Amino acid sequence: MSVAVLRFPGSLDHESAQRAVESVGGIATSVWHADAELPAGVGAVVVPGGFSYGDHLRPGAVASRAPIMGAVRRHVDRGGLVLGICNGFQVLCEAGLLPGALRPNATLTFVCRQASVEVADDGSPWTAPLGVGARLSIPIKNNQGAWFGHPEIDRVALRYVGDDRLGSVTAAAGVLDESGRVLGLMPHPEEACDPLLGSTDGQSLFGVAAAA
Amino acid sequence: MTRVVVTVMPKAGVLDPQGQTVEGALGRLGFGGVSDVRVGKRIELEVGGDDPLAAVHEMCERLLVNALIEDYDVRAES
Repeated sequence: MSVAVLRFPGSLDHESAQRAVESVGGIATSVWHADAELPAGVGAVVVPGGFSYGDHLRPGAVASRAPIMGAVRRHVDRGGLVLGICNGFQVLCEAGLLPGALRPNATLTFVCRQASVEVADDGSPWTAPLGVGARLSIPIKNNQGAWFGHPEIDRVALRYVGDDRLGSVTAAAGVLDESGRVLGLMPHPEEACDPLLGSTDGQSLFGVAAAA
Repeated sequence: MTRVVVTVMPKAGVLDPQGQTVEGALGRLGFGGVSDVRVGKRIELEVGGDDPLAAVHEMCERLLVNALIEDYDVRAES
């Protein structure tokens, strides 16, 4: 099975995501947003980071209405896995595939730094190999990474450790859908898959994607 | 064609750092007694059809507004 990495106008991190998949021995396939179907044999979909449609209206709002998102929805309904990173997380929230929404950072600044996050929910194929309490060092780089939702009912998968709060409700860094098959996170695991970048903690998630 | 104006505001309880920043700046400029500043946006559209307001309401539901974090108001401009 291959990992489909979506690409929208304004996507930036699709190539990094493809490299991350390949770094764990997986096969990555680039998929254009205007396609109505995913290629055959896709086990997991990655919605990458960037600034799709220039973040106009709301980040992810326009991309979430793209033709490919209907195929992503059907993929989820069939039991497929989806990983949304940064703008991809915003796209999945806007598409209604993940709970909540991403708001401007409390600092009103672009935040770019290495973050420490902790697994809060391991009842998902994405986080099961890590286990609750596992800590990952993964960079964040975003303008609108403050998650707003209802953590008493929504599933928070990852939380920031320390002072990395962007203004997220309960310091959430990543959330799951009800099924646990869709994960969205603001940190960039694809930028933590090479020792040269100081951390390979992101490889676990891509290992899950590649094995799906 | 009807000129329709949509006003979109962050919902009460949703973090509005823009509003907070503006409120702080107003205070520093000496404007006292200002509180609960919220910053939203205004969208203007020329809309045809039989029921432009109903059409714009549907546009709000499907794209223009995220109902989880935003409230909106639609009115025709005279």
